[in-house]
Amino acid sequence: MTMQPLNRLQTAWRAAQDISDGMLVNLGLGMPVHVADYLCPEVDVFIQSENGIIGAGPLAPMDRIDTDLVDAGSRRITLRPGASIVDSSWSFAMIRGGHIDVTILGAFEVAANGDLANWDMRLPNKGPLVGGAMDLAACARSVWVIMEHVTRKGAPRLLEACTLPLTAVRCVTRVYTDLAVVDVTSAGFVVREMLDGISEAGLRERTGARLTFAVSCKPLRAPPIELPD
Amino acid sequence: MPIDKRSGSPAEAVADVPDGATVFISGFGGAGFPNVLIRALRDHGPRNLTLVVNSATHRYSYTHELIEAGLVRKVICTAARGQSKEPSPFERLWVDGKIELECVPQGTFVERIRAGGAGIPAFYTPVGFGTELTRGKEVRSFDGRECVLEQAIKGDLALVRADEADRYGNLAFRYAQMNFGPVMATAAGLAVAEVRAVLDEPMPHSRVQLPGVYVDRIVEAAA
Repeated sequence: MTMQPLNRLQTAWRAAQDISDGMLVNLGLGMPVHVADYLCPEVDVFIQSENGIIGAGPLAPMDRIDTDLVDAGSRRITLRPGASIVDSSWSFAMIRGGHIDVTILGAFEVAANGDLANWDMRLPNKGPLVGGAMDLAACARSVWVIMEHVTRKGAPRLLEACTLPLTAVRCVTRVYTDLAVVDVTSAGFVVREMLDGISEAGLRERTGARLTFAVSCKPLRAPPIELPD
Repeated sequence: MPIDKRSGSPAEAVADVPDGATVFISGFGGAGFPNVLIRALRDHGPRNLTLVVNSATHRYSYTHELIEAGLVRKVICTAARGQSKEPSPFERLWVDGKIELECVPQGTFVERIRAGGAGIPAFYTPVGFGTELTRGKEVRSFDGRECVLEQAIKGDLALVRADEADRYGNLAFRYAQMNFGPVMATAAGLAVAEVRAVLDEPMPHSRVQLPGVYVDRIVEAAA
């Protein structure tokens, strides 16, 4: 069987299946914001955005754009029923205070002890941008990561220790990649789900840290979702 | 004398801002940027400013005009990366060592400002522990968790954008316009707000999101 890695939207779909009813969820920029599009229909959640929105809804249609109603990614959005808006001070008190059930973040690297590197790629001549990443990573009740299993050049992103600047220490509990679902435990990375068509050895080759395979390890599957052009 | 915080013009509202001032600028993601006041400050032209602003480079904010005009010595912010591959005005000066940068996690950034306006000189937070943004800061363990000591930020001037004001300086915001505005006003010696509309009547108390006692001057500025 040939290996068909999940695309970005399928990976977001897979993460969305683990969002439980009633959660308060914060979604990072990039791949994670797509999680909102694939929540189970019976799941009713509030999505928090760091700029103070509690109950972010879908993107605004062209004829209903309001430049004062934006999310953390400066995207013009709508509000869901029951939404409210607070100032940044209250928003981060909510984040730091442990009121966010889960934050789903993009990442460059995750270490086997849960260390996260997702804010600074050390690009030459580009200034740093941390935003709310450190607050969310350090203080959300659960920190999940969505990322590709390896870099564009094929280097592993799951590592014994991060090489890029850290966002927070020992914070990530689960990683969704295009190849696997991996939990971060006190014993390191534990593979919960793995793509059909890849072997344990194949996954180990693409990972820069020791992997344990759960006894109940299942196939990683997602419905077909086409990427936009 | 009856209280009336209405200012004659944006220029008048910032005419006495001195060189070396620490200036808060509100706004996030296109909502709440006080762009009329930023331009008025640029035209007034105080030098050696320290800007305290969420983003040094946001494309909808005129913050970069203060930077390009050479008025800024230091920026305290959470985001200093321009959108395009070409360096932003801030990035060009920063790479050349001509402007100082302090990059702060956003929750710590806003809490330091809140503390500045709330009489708290410093506080411990777990955010940033073990990262290069808190290197050299005092660390102390609370309930088994390592925390870093962060100091309050106070400023000389806050520029804030809101939707409506009354003559008492009471402010109401639209949607996500609030963001950093309220705390910045509390931590500044002089708080100036530009608003879409100044009401003729006092604002009903239930609509006030920032009490006018924190606001010194208001300016009407349509957009």
